[in-house]
Amino acid sequence: MRYIPNSPEERVEMLEAIGLTSAEQLFDSIPEALRLQRPLETPAALSEIELLDKFERLGQQNAAARRASFLGAGAYSHYIPTIVDHIISRSEFFTAYTPYQPEISQGTLQVIFEFQTLVCQLTGMDLANASMYDGSTALAEAVLMAERVTRRSKVISSAAVHPQYLEVVKTYVQHAGIDLELADFDQKTGLAGAALAEAVDDQTAAIVVQSPNFFGCVEDLSALADAAHAKGALLVVAITEAMSLGLLKSPGACGADIVVAEGQSFGVPLSFGGPYVGLFATRDKYARQIPGRLVGEAYDKKGRRGFVLTLATREQHIRREKATSNICTNEGLIALAATVYLETMGRRGIQEAAHQCLQKAAYAARRIAKLDGFSLPFAAPYFNEFVVRGPLNSVELLSRLAKDNAIEAGIALSRFMPDRDNDFLVCVTETNTREQIDALVSALSEL
Amino acid sequence: MTSGITKVTTHISPNEQLIFERSQAGRIGYRLPALDVEESAVDDLIPQQFRRDDDLEGMPEVSEVDVVRHFIRMSTWNYSIDLGMYPLGSCTMKYNSRLNEHVARIAGFANLHPLAAEEDSQGALQVIYELQECLAEITGLPGISLQPAAGAHGEMTGIMIIRAFLDARHGAAAAGRRTMLIPDSAHGTNPASAHLSGFSVKTIRSTAEGLTDLDHLRELCAHGDVAGLMLTNPNTLGLFERNIKQICDIVHEAGGLVYMDGANMNALVGVARPGDMGVDVIHLNLHKTFSTPHGGGGPGCGPCCCTKELEPFLPVPRIVKADGAFRLDHDQPKSIGRVKAFFGNYGMMLRALAYTLTHGFDGLREATEAAVLNSRYIAEGLTSDYDKPFNSPPMHEVVFTDKRQSRKGVHTLDIAKRLIDYGFHPMTIYFPLIVQGAMLIEPTESVGRQELDQFIAAMRSIAREALEDPELVLGAPHDTRIGRLDEAAAARKPVLRWKPQVAEAEATPASVS
Repeated sequence: MRYIPNSPEERVEMLEAIGLTSAEQLFDSIPEALRLQRPLETPAALSEIELLDKFERLGQQNAAARRASFLGAGAYSHYIPTIVDHIISRSEFFTAYTPYQPEISQGTLQVIFEFQTLVCQLTGMDLANASMYDGSTALAEAVLMAERVTRRSKVISSAAVHPQYLEVVKTYVQHAGIDLELADFDQKTGLAGAALAEAVDDQTAAIVVQSPNFFGCVEDLSALADAAHAKGALLVVAITEAMSLGLLKSPGACGADIVVAEGQSFGVPLSFGGPYVGLFATRDKYARQIPGRLVGEAYDKKGRRGFVLTLATREQHIRREKATSNICTNEGLIALAATVYLETMGRRGIQEAAHQCLQKAAYAARRIAKLDGFSLPFAAPYFNEFVVRGPLNSVELLSRLAKDNAIEAGIALSRFMPDRDNDFLVCVTETNTREQIDALVSALSEL
Repeated sequence: MTSGITKVTTHISPNEQLIFERSQAGRIGYRLPALDVEESAVDDLIPQQFRRDDDLEGMPEVSEVDVVRHFIRMSTWNYSIDLGMYPLGSCTMKYNSRLNEHVARIAGFANLHPLAAEEDSQGALQVIYELQECLAEITGLPGISLQPAAGAHGEMTGIMIIRAFLDARHGAAAAGRRTMLIPDSAHGTNPASAHLSGFSVKTIRSTAEGLTDLDHLRELCAHGDVAGLMLTNPNTLGLFERNIKQICDIVHEAGGLVYMDGANMNALVGVARPGDMGVDVIHLNLHKTFSTPHGGGGPGCGPCCCTKELEPFLPVPRIVKADGAFRLDHDQPKSIGRVKAFFGNYGMMLRALAYTLTHGFDGLREATEAAVLNSRYIAEGLTSDYDKPFNSPPMHEVVFTDKRQSRKGVHTLDIAKRLIDYGFHPMTIYFPLIVQGAMLIEPTESVGRQELDQFIAAMRSIAREALEDPELVLGAPHDTRIGRLDEAAAARKPVLRWKPQVAEAEATPASVS
């Protein structure tokens, strides 16, 4: 096996050096009856040529990856500068462990410190952690944290939160004594804000809102913060399309208490749903309640600045069952990708990418809304995703566009909401050209 | 202070500020195509009250060259597997092949949206299915979900499965079964995951030999409240729990289930299977045993494997094969639910399958043998100079202590820091918690004999230094970019983000003229 440095001969010599005569003796402490007495029934070894051929062929069977795409709903196609992949492919980053030895991990530690700062700047919050698994699990952790902070057990979530995020939250809270209620969205606007403000009471730990919400609609976060705080509840804001932070008022400026987001939009390929990176930010006063790792500034005896993992007394390796979370390994390398992306695009690039998303989506929506048989059912302002109501069942419509026109035109809402047969969610980003949008419009008009 | 010692590597130390301190207004690192659609007035699309009014003040403005140099300079401050041996116990820092990285970047996977139709993502689903089959065979546990994103996430999933199973079996009476037994040598994630699933934790003692205390286990199992046991095997002392079958029987007879923490599976692949030992559910760490890169703290992937009996409780969707096609099965009414959006950390699954197929069934066993051999070789090589608290031969990792060196005031932390001066990454220190001054060493199969000899020589040399010149060890490391950092001060007054320095004129309004 070419990944094992020692030759079979060297291994025999090493066995002799420790007083053994066969490799089998290495496993003498395992009772013989428990040892596997046959070879594993997994496939035989492939050479590099054979392996690449296999995976290339499997990759080609994913027709969706080759088509012009307007798919969003929590996973977005954005421009990724070439240098992102080069930098995350540096051995020093991708083959390093968690930075438990700061003297030889300052690269990773300073990157995380910059990541935490960037997340704070974008969300308008005081502090951010070193990352969570993804947006959905970050939201679940935010709900658990809201219960810890307020010692209240009722959590009211917008029904216009990404349905898979809601499923994950339900799984996480099922044994935590949390009572999760849903506030429905308005059928005309697509917004859940009013229903959430109505539902919050003095038993409520937190209201959970996504903005832009699952339908792409922008919620009024300032009004929700006021409504939550008037009852002593927290406002938890979830964001699946982090690019919106380049244009929309930050949740922090609106008064949010915990902000979570999926960071995939920042330099991370679609990769069939992962690995992505969860962003988690909150207020200074909750620093000791936040889940996950934190990196902070520290100095050595000569007064030189460095960075260390800090406030570890919240974490599982010290606090065990009393920890703020069980999370250990998070998404370090993907947080690095997001950091490289945000620093490369920079202040102006994030603004321009967000602006292009907004304008291209508006252009697409305007043109689709003019087609016979098509309408936009929700009236609220949207960022780069919007719901279209078509003249036929959207699963069928989308399948025809995929096969006949090689366009992934959107996501059928009936996959998540059984009563919305003709509705589908369309996402437009800076990577969609006018030519692609025009082709989509023309394909829809010819149905 | 470093002359005369044999250094395997050197640590480069150029200076590099934070990107925010490098930022210069007007610098640009990107270019997008010009907007090719008619623009609308932004006010007509998003009312001003919903838009940012801070102009993203403080976000960096740098050129592409600035970005590249910034990250490359920082990268030189990191130790990495590609530089040398990374003997962190319980972390399995083995070689991360470039081939696997290449596979994960193939366009047909990298550009595939997770909500694409099943028929248009068959290749991707086949990868999940084939990896499931391999892992089921390796663990001897046929039910499997690849959805969990890391080891702790897999633990949470497995423990929730146990809870759902007991609730289904006992109904309301299951409320009396809420105790999870965990050995005192376990990873901290175990009790934290048990707590998340609503269990209270009771700790099982280890024997003087470093194994689970069967008498104590029987005693704890006598009260009818045990939901299960979470056991790492080989345990975190590197010792195989040779009574595992008996342990499983005791827990099963008490009405509980056995969860195995698979962090140490690198000692067992191809040699023994948890399913054959009586284990009901296990998580694997693909970022350990199956070589997906650790990435400075993730991403991981923590598949959960279980018995046929527990299979209905696995997260949804399940990836199944029917009529020659791969599809998503959401119709699992007993499922604990979804633990992550989409399918989990898919890119890690591609790498792990590439690892498994590159090794082949015989290569997988060969890797296990080589990993255990390397660990035993180190155990043999260091026994003369360091205290080895347990006599039994270790599996893939071995624990030593600072007992002899501490007589001179040199402790585990100092030995670890001094090892950095010799060009190595230190071993895991002060874990497991039950061994005072623990040094847990896991070389993995990815280290050759010369490097093992160099490591042993470095450790022996440090043991000599501890006797002859303890101050040298206490002050280590001596030639890294920075010395030991004041972590206590960092935690007392945490600075967790960069902030712009407030200009004096703004800070003191009185000075405004």
